Amino acid sequence: MSIAPLQLKNLRKSYGALVVTDDVSLNIEAGELHAIIGPNGAGKTTLIHQISGLAKSDSGRIIFDGDDVSKLPMNARAKLGLVRSFQITSILPRFSALENVALAVQARSGSSFSFFGNAAAEPELNDIAMALLARFGLASRADVPAGQMSHGEKRQLEIAIALAAKPKLLLLDEPLAGTSHDESQRLINTLQELRRELPIVLIEHDMDAVFALADRVSVLVYGRIIASGTPQSIRDNPDVRAAYLGEEAL
Amino acid sequence: MAVNDLIDLNASPALGVPARARRVVILPLIIFVLFALVPLAGLWGSQGFVLSIVTRIMVLALAAMSLDLLIGYGAMISFGHAAFVGLGAYSVAILSSHGITDGFVHLGVALSVSFVFALITGAISLRTKGVYFIMITLAFGQMLYFLGTSLAAYGGDDGLTLASRSTLLGSKLLKNDVVLYYVVFGFLLGAYLLLRGIVASRFGRVLRGIRENPVRMEAIGFAPYRYQLTAYVIAGMIAAVAGCLLANQTEFVSPAYASWQRSGDLIFAIVLGGLGSLHGAIIGAAAFSLLADILSHYTEHWALLFGPILILVVLFARGGIGGLLGSKS
Repeated sequence: MSIAPLQLKNLRKSYGALVVTDDVSLNIEAGELHAIIGPNGAGKTTLIHQISGLAKSDSGRIIFDGDDVSKLPMNARAKLGLVRSFQITSILPRFSALENVALAVQARSGSSFSFFGNAAAEPELNDIAMALLARFGLASRADVPAGQMSHGEKRQLEIAIALAAKPKLLLLDEPLAGTSHDESQRLINTLQELRRELPIVLIEHDMDAVFALADRVSVLVYGRIIASGTPQSIRDNPDVRAAYLGEEAL
Repeated sequence: MAVNDLIDLNASPALGVPARARRVVILPLIIFVLFALVPLAGLWGSQGFVLSIVTRIMVLALAAMSLDLLIGYGAMISFGHAAFVGLGAYSVAILSSHGITDGFVHLGVALSVSFVFALITGAISLRTKGVYFIMITLAFGQMLYFLGTSLAAYGGDDGLTLASRSTLLGSKLLKNDVVLYYVVFGFLLGAYLLLRGIVASRFGRVLRGIRENPVRMEAIGFAPYRYQLTAYVIAGMIAAVAGCLLANQTEFVSPAYASWQRSGDLIFAIVLGGLGSLHGAIIGAAAFSLLADILSHYTEHWALLFGPILILVVLFARGGIGGLLGSKS
């Protein structure tokens, strides 16, 4: 078997006395969708911040694609293909949907220290961006300022932006957060397609989605991974039931 | 997000609405045609007076426009931008006082010195954000101001009068006010076209993206610092050109050119004219200068009236005068 594209080794992080990430070690295997679940305040988002480089780890190592990326800033990790989305929608509100995606294409295509020529009219950027928008059903919304799109559209757009940055692995932080039933169904379909293309780390609160999508699930409680395994083994794990899922969720 | 709130929400040259795009071209065209015609209109009467006022306006506009690249397009609120104007002006004055009068040498030295100063101060300032960035740029500006006041050999506090304007390859062409006027006009037009190109380019789009959401830009692989520093250096060098022209227009330099009040004037001008549109900075510089001239005829406390005017603009016309004109046509 090949080496896991993403390896977390003994990651730690604390804010003062509060330990948010407590000795987390985890391998994300090629081709898997790995869901991380846990109660509120378990440190899921902080873990994504650490993996993506938005937050510094106190100790531990992150090996991505064979390279130790622990010390790299977020932008350098993104260039290597470790790309994330955000729990709270993060887009460029005054840029059109197309430009939001085209900028991410631009990040991975040639130099951006180019001071002449109209970037908004570069076909090699716009064509790829347009194809991605079309794939997410946003082609007709290409010229709409991203800030004026519906919440569900913004969530789709954010995944399109992440894909435009040529990821080798996607970190998705609650992509379904705040979406309506229809919107989340659409996003789940999108994720079903994406999981066939690249490994994904998914944080999600929607248990139906998690158990429908995930190849493996890890449960994070107080910064510690208390269990890791197939969705079925997680459902049956008594520690997980006690710590998090409760009776009603299963 | 207070920084973003300051930036007008109307002028978005990026959003490709055709009607707006046309306006974006028409308004600057009108401005530059008017500037080009001023010396002709002056033939009827007090040409010297009108020329000197409009020359000064264009110099201020050049400096304001470069600051608009930082504030309007980069959300970098520099409160020390006049320092670069001072560097340009002193390059002319100090070299001239040593007998080096060639304008091209003046310009070359001004560009080099401002490049180095911008690179160093920008590299340090851009490590900070928000209010701290404002304060540290203010501090660097004041440092230069006090350096100027301590240069006893070059007039110290009192400043320094130039023996003559810069020469161009030995000729004294610039002594002619109309020639100086068109030289300033040329620089303003050139800088406008340069900046217009930059903000639409790949680089400019990244800069605008960082203004909107720096974390998002990092997440797709851009390092904001490098882009912001580059913009800071470009803006500083353009402001230094304005300083060279200012010294030539007034034939005098003083540390006051670099003071924080002058930096404030530049911010005032671009907010008044409308942030993030470039031509708004020109309109703002003109409105600022004319307001100051007119109000000072009526009262010596004219500066008191500026405050309320700025407040009204910010409250009721977020796009500034440029935004108002743009939405009418």
